[in-house]
Amino acid sequence: MSNLLFFDSTLRDGSHAIAHQLTEEQISAYCKQIDDAGLHTVIVGHGNGLGASSLQVGLSKLTDEVMLSTARRELKKTKLGVFLIPGFGTIKDNLARALDLGVDLVCVGVHCTEADVTQQHIEYVRKQGKDAYGILMMYHMTTTERLLLEAQKMQSYGAMGIVIMDSAGASTPDLVTKTMSHLSSNLNIRVGFHAHNNLGLGVSNSLLALQSGATIIDGTLRGFGAGAGNCQLEVLAGLLQKVGMETGLDLYRLMDVSEDIVAKLMTKPQEITSISLISGLAGVFSAFATHVKKASVRFGVDPRDIFIELGKRKIVGGQEDFIVDVAMNLAQQNKPEDVYELESLL
Amino acid sequence: MNKIKVGIIGTGNIGTDLLVKVQRSKVLECGMFAGRNPDSEGVKRAEAMGVRTSTESIRAIDADPNCCDIVFDATSAKIHLMHAPILKKLGKFTIDLTPAQVGKMCVPVINLEECLKLDNVNLVTCGGQATIPIAYAIKQVQPDVEYIEIVASISSKSAGPGTRVNVDEFTQTTREALSHFTGVPNTKAIIILNPADPPVIMRNTIYARTSGTFKEAELIAAIHAMVKKIQAYVPGYRLVQEPVAESGRFTTMIEVVGLGDYLPAYSGNLDIITCAALNIAEVYAQRKLGLKEGSAS
Repeated sequence: MSNLLFFDSTLRDGSHAIAHQLTEEQISAYCKQIDDAGLHTVIVGHGNGLGASSLQVGLSKLTDEVMLSTARRELKKTKLGVFLIPGFGTIKDNLARALDLGVDLVCVGVHCTEADVTQQHIEYVRKQGKDAYGILMMYHMTTTERLLLEAQKMQSYGAMGIVIMDSAGASTPDLVTKTMSHLSSNLNIRVGFHAHNNLGLGVSNSLLALQSGATIIDGTLRGFGAGAGNCQLEVLAGLLQKVGMETGLDLYRLMDVSEDIVAKLMTKPQEITSISLISGLAGVFSAFATHVKKASVRFGVDPRDIFIELGKRKIVGGQEDFIVDVAMNLAQQNKPEDVYELESLL
Repeated sequence: MNKIKVGIIGTGNIGTDLLVKVQRSKVLECGMFAGRNPDSEGVKRAEAMGVRTSTESIRAIDADPNCCDIVFDATSAKIHLMHAPILKKLGKFTIDLTPAQVGKMCVPVINLEECLKLDNVNLVTCGGQATIPIAYAIKQVQPDVEYIEIVASISSKSAGPGTRVNVDEFTQTTREALSHFTGVPNTKAIIILNPADPPVIMRNTIYARTSGTFKEAELIAAIHAMVKKIQAYVPGYRLVQEPVAESGRFTTMIEVVGLGDYLPAYSGNLDIITCAALNIAEVYAQRKLGLKEGSAS
């Protein structure tokens, strides 16, 4: 029996890639086919989680209720998970309702330095007898020591594990090893990793995380996700088989669902575009890509310049309104000598 | 000139910012600055100003009710629920700066007059104080508004432990207040803590949607008028850019530059709520002192 847990964010992070337009049929077919693939949890919803359907970050085609109850009907062996960012969803409007609909597991996510805003939500979920995990996003923006302090806070609130999100896909392999070793040797709960593929390291960074003490991997089939996409789960499953790590995953099943269902969900190939590459280098939230492209067309500014400027301003997820502001300012400046040096960010 | 005495409970960021503003007022003075944390920076600051302090929190006011007529509660939602009945019993005009919502929600520019007659008023949240007046102005011009969404972005450094432990009430209360004041049931509030360093100024975006056509010119005029009214009690409140109707939504962005009374100017989220609280207390005090309004500061 494997000690590893696999969180599948295909129907959550993948929502970003299709502007949160998942249909009931897609959710239903996916959950039905994936249920006995050996995954621990399937996470479903808007890319930014419960209650996040909004003009700010994009409106969902379906309500949270419809998405969750559709998935619930099909998942028998796999836990149904949701993602929640405090400040987007609330206990009263969103979380209580999600638990009523049969959600088993809640990932409470915050920017890597803000763990204390998850206390109410983690405690609430645990009190309701459900699983709660703490998620620290954009982890490349802080130090390993600070990350541990934040993770320890979540541990004290009752989180059953901490998942570190490389939201911008900005991780170098060294940073993964250092972070995962430090956290796993200093926490009493599980540690996990959620990769993004901006620098082509989604799968290899996930392997490194496991080799450095992580026991949870959060990824997606076909890498379906925001920006450059995520750790491609079926590829990781194959790789782990090859290096002799027991996963409990059904590799062929994962491949089949990837081919038969996820390939059809995708409206464009999950490739590393220059935009994804630049967002990884700038260390900016991958899900900004769609908004940045729009703003670049509207104001006639190079999207790469927008990303670099966003990186400089340390804009975090949820601040999509700043993108227009940045694009507008860049358009107004319009001075060719003001080219930002990428090096200043690295 | 005679002054009306106020008590401040809660010696964190909000309480201390309020104290600095009260001490500058022509009609208010602080008779008690009470909290529970003996190491609070705010308490040290109050002592340096010669203000009476206590670490007995509400018990300090209960033990000496004459120390104040007005009480500002800047603790947390949970604690205000315990304080409210005690303050009612003591007959104190209570201005609640937590998201507890015990009393009527007050946004001075909208409903100050009716709130002055009550014994407990609630200041909603900083995000609410910053965005509800704009949403209200939009609804006045455009009654067919179907959806309003606000995004309040505040710097991490300006959100103290009280705000953080209340983040859920903060979000929920802001949303409910948006619906309450505009009469639009379908609303959303998003609160973002921005860890950027140097800290960013409090920034708020208000989106509105309608199935009809936006009366853009009228909306813009109404928003400018509302901004001006708010500036009368929150000097650092301003539009970031001209409001705009695009892709089926009407977007207004405002920011609040703080007065820098306690935390630096980026903490407009402190000012927006402490200025509103001060405004209520000053008008209450002027009435009580029989003064003409507007003579407070």
